[in-house]
Amino acid sequence: MLGFVARRLLYLLPVLLAVTLLTFLIASLLPGDLAYVILGDQATPENVAALRHDMGLDQPIWWRYLGWLGHVLQGDFGRSFRTGQTVLQAVAERLPVSIELMLLAEITGLVIGVPLAIVCAAKSGGAFDRFMTGTAFGMLSVPTFLSAILLIYLFAVELHLLPATGYVPFSEDPIGNLRFLILPALTLALAEWPGIMRVLRSDMISTLQEDYIALAKAKGLKASRILFVHALKPSSLTLVTVTGINIGRLIGGALIVETVFALPGIGRLLVGAIYTRDLIILQGAVLLVAVGFVMVNFIVDLLYAVLDPRIRHGHA
Amino acid sequence: MNGAPLLSVEDVAVELPTPRGPLRAVDGVDLTLGAGRTLGIVGESGCGKTMLSRVILQLLPKKARLSGRVMFDGQDLARIDRERLRKLRGRSLAVVFQDPMTSLNPVLTIGTQLGETLQEHLEFDSVHARTRSAELLAAVGIPAPEQRLAQYPHQLSGGMRQRVAIAIALSCEPKLLIADEPTTALDVTIQAQILDLLAREQRRRHMAMILITHDLGVVAGRTDEVAVMYAGRVVERAPTPSLFRAMQMPYTEALLAAIPKLDAAPHAPLPAISGRPPDPTRPLKGCSFSPRCRYAVARCHQEKPALTASRSTDHHYACFHPIQLAAGADA
Amino acid sequence: MATLELAIQEDVAAASARQPGRLGVLFWIAIGWMALVFAVAILADLLPMPSPTDMDMLERRGPVSVEHWLGTDGLGRDELARLIYGARISLVVGLCAPMIGLVIGGALGMVAGYFRGRFETLVVGSMDVLLAFPPLILALAVTAFVGQSILNLTCILGVLGIPAFMRVARAATLTLARREFVIAAQALGATHARILLRELLPNVLLPLVAFFLLGVAITIVAEGALSFLGLGVPPPISSWGSMIGEGRESLDVAPRLAFFPAFAFFLTVLAFNLVGDTLKALTDPRQGAL
Repeated sequence: MLGFVARRLLYLLPVLLAVTLLTFLIASLLPGDLAYVILGDQATPENVAALRHDMGLDQPIWWRYLGWLGHVLQGDFGRSFRTGQTVLQAVAERLPVSIELMLLAEITGLVIGVPLAIVCAAKSGGAFDRFMTGTAFGMLSVPTFLSAILLIYLFAVELHLLPATGYVPFSEDPIGNLRFLILPALTLALAEWPGIMRVLRSDMISTLQEDYIALAKAKGLKASRILFVHALKPSSLTLVTVTGINIGRLIGGALIVETVFALPGIGRLLVGAIYTRDLIILQGAVLLVAVGFVMVNFIVDLLYAVLDPRIRHGHA
Repeated sequence: MNGAPLLSVEDVAVELPTPRGPLRAVDGVDLTLGAGRTLGIVGESGCGKTMLSRVILQLLPKKARLSGRVMFDGQDLARIDRERLRKLRGRSLAVVFQDPMTSLNPVLTIGTQLGETLQEHLEFDSVHARTRSAELLAAVGIPAPEQRLAQYPHQLSGGMRQRVAIAIALSCEPKLLIADEPTTALDVTIQAQILDLLAREQRRRHMAMILITHDLGVVAGRTDEVAVMYAGRVVERAPTPSLFRAMQMPYTEALLAAIPKLDAAPHAPLPAISGRPPDPTRPLKGCSFSPRCRYAVARCHQEKPALTASRSTDHHYACFHPIQLAAGADA
Repeated sequence: MATLELAIQEDVAAASARQPGRLGVLFWIAIGWMALVFAVAILADLLPMPSPTDMDMLERRGPVSVEHWLGTDGLGRDELARLIYGARISLVVGLCAPMIGLVIGGALGMVAGYFRGRFETLVVGSMDVLLAFPPLILALAVTAFVGQSILNLTCILGVLGIPAFMRVARAATLTLARREFVIAAQALGATHARILLRELLPNVLLPLVAFFLLGVAITIVAEGALSFLGLGVPPPISSWGSMIGEGRESLDVAPRLAFFPAFAFFLTVLAFNLVGDTLKALTDPRQGAL
């Protein structure tokens, strides 16, 4: 098992390094002189040159990259010239919101998708299965902003049940916090469940053809036991990958939902940084999100070994 | 045989729809088996023997259409409700499949797979199930049984996995055990051990057993009665000694001749049966074996012979020119 | 069990190839809708309807009427006309961006899958790195700094699609490169270029085209999302996405302003998804049978 982890880590490092390089390059190559942006009205050529020298912007690019990377490895991602916050502070503030949203969304997606997948696989080909598969396919064509509009219209505008925008931290007001997060989480879940259902259903249908399921039936076990104990576990590998990748993607990628529902998450931090040309924040936050995504994929790989003992012992 | 037989398969036929037309995998089979007796079903790949076992277990593919009755312990398995069938399976009716690598669940421990039948049918609690499982593993000849309970199937050798499968089948003291080619996927050296294990357990528990195989040698000395199948039908059926002593079907004779013999000269060619098994989607008008039969005459190609009994009522065969007759004619 | 299993397996294979590849009613309805949208977008100038930019301040958020078949928006512009012109924008970006991915990603994938070795590792690795970044953020950053325009939007969305096309092309090439016709061509002394272009490309093209259609659907969604936030196509040009975004403000009084474009949007994305999915199902089992 340890050898497995070590080998995976070895592949990870060059990828992480390349991610830092690409992040830096994108931020540096974007037009719009940083010094001009900072100085704004006071941008005389002398001031600009002086500030550039101060900030080390006149150094060659690879030198600046190494300097930045050095700081990053020590935990110093830089400080926003707009707000004065360090990148880490800004991200740390926003992270709980994004994580909470992501977890709620993914859990809801699983709660909808997994039982549907099991029922459809057990009765594959039947009317319910065909209906659900068609609905899932249709849902895949409904992007998040459409679901968001629909849900807002239904629950906020028409029924006045839930708020359309806003946020309050969990520590302050748990009920309020959940009330604000229901619609955003549901919006994301509506986008997640079709993928989850399709993947699990497909794997379960092939698992149900296996000999060991025939033997389980021949042993006279209850149908529920056959489905949940015998069939579900061997079918979950692809589902775990998909869920893991979704979670990784959602941390930085829920910006549409965050914007529509006015949630102070990482997505909005990034959008804000783009608007205000806050390159420091942009650079640091994008790096954190990308690294987070790579790490989540890494953990998913490890989870594979846990789920399938054959991989753990080097078989299969 | 005393009283009604434990298992009575009556005029069973299985039809499968295929793009090329309906396929009669099993074509009118009658069999009986008394309690505590062993029946061997022998035939080539594709003759319908595995499909027949699926009929008894009621594990047919979704599209299959079944006709006939399958009387087990006084109930028609094809017609009882699902819940009663479920209670019978694993408890009174057990099965060992051909390949233990695919018939055991790769992500569940041996202990789980062994204990769940005990917990389901005999209502053992988990502790009791564990002890009993270890006892069962020991009974089928697996060393260090307690340690095996926590292991996964891929950690055991092929022979041991099949022993586990047998332990699972025997766990609730079934009345009938179906062993579908139990040794085909195993090393030759292990085959005899597994077959002896099955025979020993069968005698000890006074259990009825159906041994399905393509190898006539396997059933010799281990079964009370043998049924030979070809193209979905039973073509010869007799008590085992009678079959080997006085076989009637040219097909059975050919099967026996195809078994490699220990005392044959080295590199002696195996007398294989010429031709290929019949295409089940295009049933022949006459006897299904006639294209490959060396005794075939015109009548064999025109009419399908019915299963008839010979002088002793226990020996049945479906042939117009049973070997005794043919041998006599030749001589 | 050989013959029996063979017969059953053929049955199962035929059934599964039939199901998703159903060239049934739905497929043709989807084609029909796509054709309608295309026709309407191309012929927009010729259609007898009010201009989409004419603002009629007296008729703001006007209801469905003979003059304005779908009513008017918040600035008094004809909704139907805007819908039709919006189709144009969504389609232009939706079709051109995946083209970039198809050409560049397809080429990279084919070459990587054919030559293998370090080049392949490099290509796959760099695609993995690109995929680590949240795509919408990248698109936003680029358009925000470089400027919002249809060209910029198309380019960045196109570049973001390259990894996916690369994967499809590479996977197809990997299975094909070992087939007999490639080995035969190599034995006949064909150059790599010739093999790539003459032998492999025609066969890789099929799954790539299927994926292209799915890519169109994804791009329409991405452009729609960005325009919805006001960060996609630059105003006053409007695509369906920006119409939905604008309609959001009138949800309480005139929800149709959001829902008409939303409906058109959904149907179009669904149509591309359906056709792409059907073609994908048709090409996959065929590859297996080869």
